[in-house]
Amino acid sequence: MRSIHKIEIVFMILLMGILAGCGKDADSAKGDSIEILNVSYDPTREFYAKYNELFAKHWKEQGGQDVNVTQSHGGSGSQARSVIEGNEADVVTLALAHDITAIEENGLIDSGWMEEFDGSSAPYTSTIVFLVRKGNEKNIQDWDDLVKDGVEVITPNPKTSGGACWNFLAAWAYWQEKDGNDEEATKEYMKKLYQNVLVLDSGARGATNTFVENEQGDVLVAWENEAYLSMEEHPDEYEIVTPSVSILAQPSVAVVDSNAKAHGTKEAAEAYLKYLYSDEAQRLAGENYYRPSNEAILEEFSDQFHLDMNLVTIDDFGGWDEAYNKYFNDDAVFDQIYGQ
Amino acid sequence: MDGQIVKVKNKRGVRVIPGFGLSMGVTVAMLGVFVLIPLASVFIRAGQLSLREFVDVVTSRQVVSGYIVSFSCAFFAAVVNTVFGLLLAWVLVRYDFPGKMFMNGIIELPFALPTAVAGISLTYLYSDKGWLGAAFDKIGIEIAYTRVGITIAMIFVGIPFVVRTVQPVLEKLDRQYEEAAYMLGAGRGYTFLRVILPELFPAVLAGFGLAFARGIGEYGSVVFIAGNIPYETQIAPLLIMTKLEQYKYADATAIALVLLIISFVLMLLINSVQIYMQKFCKD
Repeated sequence: MRSIHKIEIVFMILLMGILAGCGKDADSAKGDSIEILNVSYDPTREFYAKYNELFAKHWKEQGGQDVNVTQSHGGSGSQARSVIEGNEADVVTLALAHDITAIEENGLIDSGWMEEFDGSSAPYTSTIVFLVRKGNEKNIQDWDDLVKDGVEVITPNPKTSGGACWNFLAAWAYWQEKDGNDEEATKEYMKKLYQNVLVLDSGARGATNTFVENEQGDVLVAWENEAYLSMEEHPDEYEIVTPSVSILAQPSVAVVDSNAKAHGTKEAAEAYLKYLYSDEAQRLAGENYYRPSNEAILEEFSDQFHLDMNLVTIDDFGGWDEAYNKYFNDDAVFDQIYGQ
Repeated sequence: MDGQIVKVKNKRGVRVIPGFGLSMGVTVAMLGVFVLIPLASVFIRAGQLSLREFVDVVTSRQVVSGYIVSFSCAFFAAVVNTVFGLLLAWVLVRYDFPGKMFMNGIIELPFALPTAVAGISLTYLYSDKGWLGAAFDKIGIEIAYTRVGITIAMIFVGIPFVVRTVQPVLEKLDRQYEEAAYMLGAGRGYTFLRVILPELFPAVLAGFGLAFARGIGEYGSVVFIAGNIPYETQIAPLLIMTKLEQYKYADATAIALVLLIISFVLMLLINSVQIYMQKFCKD
């Protein structure tokens, strides 16, 4: 009997040991190579794959260690959630400031992160455009064309997708401007818009797939960079239409202070984000269809982007906290649009 | 049965079959770590809400409609799976034909395939531009992005359950019963309904219950083929994900808890019918 109990105890300890061993060790900073985990959102995959090489070279030249950046991509909200739940990200590069604020509220990022880097910690920006099928059969030119009968719209759910929040706010800004800030009238338009939505995917990539691979809908309301990427992959199948009013989408970046400190990677992580503002990185962002925050370099890409668009910003909505509560929280405007 | 095994001890009080302590220890540890503790954490998380908040969350119109979509689609899918699962099992057990082994082998594929892959390919096939969906579209039936699509995804992931629960019972079924029934003058239909089906019924019911439960909880494949439109094609698990994305953990677990309780009650009902039927058959 005794020996059986001993075996039991040994087995339990072994089991615990195995489970504990599944955790990640944090001592990656020792030695001359260093690891940084960049937790990002969906469409940045291609950009950061190239940027990581650029930064590794730069960091080495600066006399730093070999740096190995690991990327993780997914919906912006779920990526933020994974960091809150213990994903050991050193830096986060997400679709909207609201998601980074959520990490901050859980104590992982020091407050004031938005002032840490230029342009509210948004090294590159984007905007919201329409992607339509070649020939633009339904003649879609502006937001008003999306609420016409028989037009099928694809856009993700703002409750789960950062990009969809920008889509919603861009449309809202257009009708607000048109109707002289009449909220009820704008709500009616928004209601019609979402009645035309055929599939409400949970993320921006999902919506792109619905539109491109499954050939659903007449128009995809999309990130500008995502729209260009679809054009690049399927030339001659799509056209980009830029609406008269849209929003300046500012994907934000931040060092996850408590993780980076624990890993001993704070200095490198800060340099990693700071270098996003260098001329080389800004040009790389432009080549990947993000709008560089550096005005001079943005000008270099004036053939690529419509720079004369009327862009509102999140500040016009009183910042993310206010906008989120007013439009996307439970029983807020978005729910009301579907609720009646 | 269990009680009898435990009681078998020799004079010194040592069990005849060795390893009880070890195997029981491992069982309790496994159940605890992988089932009980995660389930308990659902209750604890949901407990962060006051009763009032809890009721508000789980009775909001969107959530109630999510439950209705999930349960109704899972129910229809389980019914379809029961009928076709029974047929499949019957064919696989009773007939010999070329390719039988292959057919038997592919039944489990829906388990092996990542559900997201299943969802994406089903959507691709059944959308009005896909070749199956286009055919249905011509006769005016839309499948992808409707509740029909949700049901189809749930049928797909639930196929193996009824087949695999019925198959072994059918294999063991003594053919003498059928022969006797035939000798006594029963027709084929009568034999099937009154002789074979009652024997299979507990297994069929168990398979139905498993397929139903799987459908209720299915997320990966359904989100792709459902249009995810509020009040129309939003399933309850999607609402749980939505709450999580909004960092509302307690709300999410509240919805999950209700889902869990309803599923548990349904399983309990199915099991009691099964036990009742077994007794009934014996008498």
